Order: sequence, then C-alpha cells, then structure tokens
Amino acid sequence: MVTQPADRPVATPRWEHFPHGADVGVRGIGADVASAFEQTAIAMTAVITEPQRVLPQKPLTIVCEGPDAELLLYDWLNTLVYEMATRHMLFSQFHVEIDGERLRASAWGEKIDIPRHQPRVEIKGATFTELDVSQCADGTWRAQCILDV
Amino acid sequence: MDTGLFTRLSDNEWHIEPHDGMRVPGIIYASEALIRDMDHKVYEQVVNVSTLPGIVSASYAMPDAHWGYGFPIGGVAAFDADAGGVVSAGGVGFDISCGVRTLTTGLRREQVEAFKQRLADALFASIPAGVGSTGQLRLDGRQMDSMLAGGAAWAVKQGYGRPEDLERIEEQGCMAGAQPEAVSEHAKKRQRDEMGTLGSGNHYLEVQEVVELFDAGAAAAFGLRSGDVVVTIHCGSRGLGHQIGTEYLKHMAIAAQRYGIKLPDRELACAPLQSPLGQEYLGVMRAGINCALANRQILTQLTRDAFERVIPGADLELIYDVSHNTCKQETHTVDGRPQQLFVHRKGATRAFGPGHPELPAVFNETGQPVLIGGSMGTASWILAGLAESEARSFSSACHGAGRAMSRHQAAKQWRGRQVVDELATRGILIRSQSSRGVAEEAPGAYKDVSAVVDAAEHAGLARKVARLAPMVCIKG
Repeated sequence: MVTQPADRPVATPRWEHFPHGADVGVRGIGADVASAFEQTAIAMTAVITEPQRVLPQKPLTIVCEGPDAELLLYDWLNTLVYEMATRHMLFSQFHVEIDGERLRASAWGEKIDIPRHQPRVEIKGATFTELDVSQCADGTWRAQCILDV
Repeated sequence: MDTGLFTRLSDNEWHIEPHDGMRVPGIIYASEALIRDMDHKVYEQVVNVSTLPGIVSASYAMPDAHWGYGFPIGGVAAFDADAGGVVSAGGVGFDISCGVRTLTTGLRREQVEAFKQRLADALFASIPAGVGSTGQLRLDGRQMDSMLAGGAAWAVKQGYGRPEDLERIEEQGCMAGAQPEAVSEHAKKRQRDEMGTLGSGNHYLEVQEVVELFDAGAAAAFGLRSGDVVVTIHCGSRGLGHQIGTEYLKHMAIAAQRYGIKLPDRELACAPLQSPLGQEYLGVMRAGINCALANRQILTQLTRDAFERVIPGADLELIYDVSHNTCKQETHTVDGRPQQLFVHRKGATRAFGPGHPELPAVFNETGQPVLIGGSMGTASWILAGLAESEARSFSSACHGAGRAMSRHQAAKQWRGRQVVDELATRGILIRSQSSRGVAEEAPGAYKDVSAVVDAAEHAGLARKVARLAPMVCIKG
C-alpha cells in the first residue's frame, strides 16, 4: 500500500492506494466528507505521477451533483478525469465544498509535461467498485473507489 | 477459490448450482489450477450476473476471468429482450470495444532482425502512445458523427487503410445501429484529439514472430507460417468510450430502481433492453464500437507507413480484428430454437465457428481467428472458433492472460529500466514514454497466458492455431 508519510496525527487529512487485481484503489481520509474528497483526488493524481511534481499554477472551478455521497464522489472523480483528459492537465491541490447534493470545488494544477511528470498511466474512469463514503470509528471520514486504468 | 463451491462437470468446466435469486447456473471454464488462483470475487460476480432479469442459459466466465466491475472480466452473459432482459454498461466496461487486430507483414524474422532497432524507433515515433499523447486528426462535429456512424469503413474512406481490410473486421468494420446524435458532447470532446492514439495501461502495438503452429490448415487460411513476422495492435475506443461508460453507469444506477430492477450490487447497473434508456445506451455504445474500429484502422495505416519507411515494399495485410468489450445482438440456438439475444462479452472474445454466416468466406472452413494478447515478454496466441462453443458459451473464448499481481506490487518488484534491459537481452525491444508504466506491465505481473489458452482449448471454446513471440513492443 502506498501512503504519504504517516508521521502525523490520525486526524490529519491523508490519502492512500489500495490494491485491486487489474487496477488500483484510491482512498482519502479527512475530518469531514469534503476533506476526504480532496484527499481522494490527490490519491488519484498519485496514480498518474507524484503529486509534488505537479505545480498548482492554474485554478479550475468544478461543480457536480449526486443524489448521495457515493454518487457525488463518483461524479467528482470522473469530472476530474474528464478535465485532465480534455485540458491535458494534472491537478495537485483541491478545495472542496459540499452542500447537500451539490459539490463546488477549485482544483489547481498545470499542463502535462511528459518529461517532468513521467505520467505512467491514463485513468479511464472512477468506478462503482469499492465505492464508499463513510465515517470511521475515530470520527474521521473516508472516501474511496477503484479506478479503471 | 475454493473448488468445493462448484460442481465439476469436466476437467475444465465448473458449475455453480442456482441458489439465492440466481435465475440460471454459473459456469466457469478453467483448469483446476486456474480456478484455485482466481479471486473469490469472480465467484461472487458470476453469481450476481446470474440474478439479472432475462438472462439466458447461464452466467459464464472464461479461463482468464478476474475481479471486474459488476461483471467479472472474462464474463459472458446473454439476455432476451422479450423476457425483460437487460443491457448493462458495466457488462460492457469503460473501454467499449477494446480489442485486438493482427496483421501479416509478408516478412520473415531474419529479414526484420537487421531493421529491428530502426523499426522500433519508427513505430514509436509514428504511433501516439501513453498519457497525454494526441493524434494528428481533428474532427469537427459533423466529421465526428460520421466517424461514430461509420467505424473503420469511415476511416478507410478518409484514406486510412484499404477497402479489403473491412471484411477482416467484425461487423465488416461498421457496427450498425449506432446513434452518434445521442452521444454526449462531453464524450465527443474527450475524443477530439485522441483519434489514432494507442492509450496506456495494458494497450500496446507489437511486432511478433510466429514461433509455433498447432493447426496447419487454419494457419494457412490465416496467412501464417512459422518464422513469419506479424503486427498486433491492442487498444479501444479511447476517451469517448471511457466517457460513455462513466455516464451510463451512473444513469443506469439511478434508473434501475425506477425500472424495478433489484441490483445485488450497484456496479451491475443496467436497464431493460426495451426501455428508452436501454435503447439509448445500445445506440451510444454502438457508436463507441465504431470509434474503436476507426481508431484501430487509423493505427493500422500509421503502422503500414512506418514499415514502408524502414522496409520498403513490406505489405501488411489484416488477418482479423476482434473486440472483447461489447454487447452485441446475435442469433443463437437455445433449446433447439434460434433466438435473438444480446450477448455481453466483458473481457471475452467472440469465437464463431466454421460456416458462421457472419464470417468472410476465407474463414468458412476454419472458424474465426480469436486473438489473445499476452504480456510483452511472453507470448500471444491466435486461436480459431469452434462450432460447439455456441452451446458452451454463446461462441465466446478468453481474451488475454489476466494480471497475477497489482500494478503497485509490480512497480515495487521491478524498475522500468531493468525490465527493458532484461527483455533486450532476449532480443525484445521495448519503447515507452513511461518507465514506471513499463514496470507496472512487467511480464511477471501477468499470469501464464499459455495455461489460459490450454484451458480454453480443453474446454472446447476455441482451438490453438499459432503462438506468437514478441520482437518489438510499443507500450502505451
């Protein structure tokens, strides 16, 4: 399992990858759902390249909707997949606000630079597999799913 | 998996008796060793698919089955529209009509050996591959719709390939019933600069040598001799297909309740074939199939051009083009009577037997070529369809090796450079923009494709014709 450095308190937002036979799972953990969603997005970037290689130069506003938290996560990640593909960008910083069924976010990133980012795989889509948004025993929130790559 | 979960009907056929809402049995074709290696999720997913309305005969899994999205990868299921049958976006997958085509080159290994480095460089320069790569072609709205309606036939009209290529493609290169106007603007925008690109992940273009023949008659009909050089292209419908998959999975998940379909798992999102949403998805998915056929056709021309620059006079002829992520309307005989069914193949290859009316005359005696991708260090296979596989699996066989370990495990175990160097010592040249991508696709990360092919043959799904060994691999 890949995680960012774990030498910080549990409540600190963090992300990790978890294995899947052919593909890869992304998981974000934060104090609230919005923070968990931000971390899941960083985990997704980390499937493609090291997030610290992506300069947060240009902001993009993203709005999406979903009738429940899982479908909202599905839409959030897939909207990012769409924006990455059509703008040829990668994103490394995210600010998410959730109001009921609506999500509004800013994503900061830059154009893909193949020599510098060394992108390893393209993401086809975020899937319903292992799709889950739930509160953990310690009160933190966890958002996850498998990406098809 | 625990073999105790199954009733074993033969060495390579394992049944799951109907229980708890299963409408039909589950049937997995595999050797005992492959069954033991399979993820338990395959069992669960085969069972889940068998609960869907209108499923006919059985929920099948091929010898390379692994954990997929709702349907197992390697899953086959047919549905009867008149019996409330469904179409499932998850049963087709995100990469609509992902598939494989193989071309003969008319060249022998010893002829190509001297040009191998230059050929690898020329192909790598010509074939857009990997994350962020774009094609040369830009389509406006009208051209995009023509492409989505016309598939490879459209590409040939634009000068990519030859008219005679078309009869060597399933559906003669053009999937009927596509509805380009129903494809979302998002999906079209995502495809805008991705025509004629390979993609990434497990997609590739390989120059291969025919190293072993198993059926001289079929090999001759397919144009294969031992020592011949062939080219194989594995890719799909690119961003357009991925976006269609993403959109309709969500639409179907939300609509399932409205249609009164009880899903054991949201990933099985589906809609009745006779519903507006089911019909819309069929039209859009068929446009996605055409996108994949056009894409492979464009890549074929780029490949021919690269060969011509390095080895003038090389003549690349298409053997066949198969798609392994589709839902197609086909006639199959069930209980002695022909029925129109919608056959989902998710990571499974159609394998029509000899004499099937869909096949060109050249394959009348042999059955259709069934193209099986391996890993970049091992082997790929060409099989031939068998008439008896219609009763076994609605004329379907396996599609590839399947992964033995996750991408992360593979990247921990190997470095890309090390994989490239090791393969170079065996005479296999790899070209890729991503070292980590190569590590994730290391040959050791895949199961033994030969075991999968053997099981497919022993189970009577298809028969072995030729084994191909890689010489040059352009990795996406």
